[in-house]
Amino acid sequence: MIIKQLSVFLENRAGRLTELTGILADNGINISAFSIADTTDFGILRVITGKPELAEQVLREQGFAVKITDVIGIIMHNKPGALHHALQILTDNGISIEYMYAFASGDGHATAVIRTDTPQKAIEVLQLHKMELLQAGDVYQL
Amino acid sequence: MIWNEHHECMGRDQLAELQGERLRQMVERIYFNVPFYRGKLQEMGIEPGDIRSIEDLQRLPFTTKQDLRDNYPFGLFAVPQADVVRFHASSGTTGKSTVVGYTHNDILMWSEVVARSLSMAGVTKHDIIQVAYGYGLFTGGLGLHYGAEKVGASVIPISGGNTMKQLQLLEDFGSTVIACTPSYAAFLGESIRDAKLDPSKIKLRAGIFGAEPWTEEMRTQIQNLLGLKAYDIYGLSEVIGPGVSMECSVQHGMHIFEDHFIPEIINPESGEVLPYGELGELVFTAVTKEALPLLRYRTRDLTRLHAERCECGRTMVRMEKCVGRSDDMLIIRGVNVFPSQVESVLLEMSETKPHYLLVVDRQNNLDTLEIQVEVEEQFFSDEVKELEGLRKRISNNLTSLLGLHAGVRLVEPGTIERSQGKAQRVVDKRKLS
Repeated sequence: MIIKQLSVFLENRAGRLTELTGILADNGINISAFSIADTTDFGILRVITGKPELAEQVLREQGFAVKITDVIGIIMHNKPGALHHALQILTDNGISIEYMYAFASGDGHATAVIRTDTPQKAIEVLQLHKMELLQAGDVYQL
Repeated sequence: MIWNEHHECMGRDQLAELQGERLRQMVERIYFNVPFYRGKLQEMGIEPGDIRSIEDLQRLPFTTKQDLRDNYPFGLFAVPQADVVRFHASSGTTGKSTVVGYTHNDILMWSEVVARSLSMAGVTKHDIIQVAYGYGLFTGGLGLHYGAEKVGASVIPISGGNTMKQLQLLEDFGSTVIACTPSYAAFLGESIRDAKLDPSKIKLRAGIFGAEPWTEEMRTQIQNLLGLKAYDIYGLSEVIGPGVSMECSVQHGMHIFEDHFIPEIINPESGEVLPYGELGELVFTAVTKEALPLLRYRTRDLTRLHAERCECGRTMVRMEKCVGRSDDMLIIRGVNVFPSQVESVLLEMSETKPHYLLVVDRQNNLDTLEIQVEVEEQFFSDEVKELEGLRKRISNNLTSLLGLHAGVRLVEPGTIERSQGKAQRVVDKRKLS
């Protein structure tokens, strides 16, 4: 249930993200989802890829500061109120979200990637409420 | 206008005689009162009686900033604490300041050389002088203050900063002279322009600017903005403070008050004394100082001396604007900054490694300091608030040690150039020479 997300420190300078995507492409690593948190001086790229260990290794070899962060993915129906329902469960159980991002797939579903300090507890309460969670095996194949 | 014609226009031979006599007395004082110097002189086999004239100066040992640090705080003082009436201090590389002390006579001598300096800019008792150098441990504010009172000018001890108040007093009091750092003068000038003050209400006619390097372009700019004549003043706390040398109205270098401060130019590598006109490190022996008489103090400032008689009538040698430093010290907004200070902060913090770059720039006429620090992978968090927190902690620690705001920019690991041998730690974008 825990998904290995890569977090990469990026300076705000032209072409830096392109260098990173180039490295992943050259190594045949697919990007399933990503988001960038940006400040005036730097950004943090959060990316879910196939072969996360390989991705971590090749990026580190190329001099990036990179770390693996545990996140969870909630699969929802792509319809009004679905995200609200999932978040309400987390809120009711006192689980706070550090950050999240979401993507929709073509089959009527959407996935919310969530970073919390207590991923195991989040998984438990979401399962208790019959929420469908992204499996590591699924996402890396995407 | 010459404040002390007897000394400032003294014949060179007569001056050398006076310097020799004062040097002889100084060596006697420090030999008997400062164990550090007695030890050094004994090691070199020199006794007080061996020093008879100014020619003997070259035989004496140098003093460095490191010697002051090693003997922190009062180890090099030549008088008991009871005779010290004032302390000043400048920031040091390891958090320890360089402490200097003054006896009552030292304060009188300092007031005298600042009075001579102000007279060079034509300041008299009919002037109102706004002293916008910082008052406090820094020598600028109080140094100018005492000299200005000595010439009888009306002093506004406003200290640095508080720009709106500065503008208000310039207008309301009709200040005729201002003393501050050149960058602050330019900033004030722009503030006057931006505030659309009526230029006819600004009565400034002379500015006494120093404590940081500045260029002829800045002089022109400040003169245009403030409508005054800008004069360069030089000094350092280890010698006395501002008033070691000052530009006369001819503005062809700064006259050093050689009856108190004997200058030499040396090769910074070999220590060999160089003739007039050659570029080297400036060294001072403050022969009349009582509390802290330093022998051949190495300023690390690089410049040239010229001994030809000046059109103004003074015989005291003139030094050119300093062209740089023989160490890596930076002067930013009048504050001394060593890259090693930044390094010590980063080493003390467990979250950072000492890979850093100081970027100094001048924006809107104020110096800015940005420190780039590499993000180490083990300390990299993927949460913005953590990284922002780290950035602020580094910035706060640096600001409190340096006494100067330091912005911090986090950069990717490995992006700050590693060089063989001496690392390039500083990029100074200010155009100063």
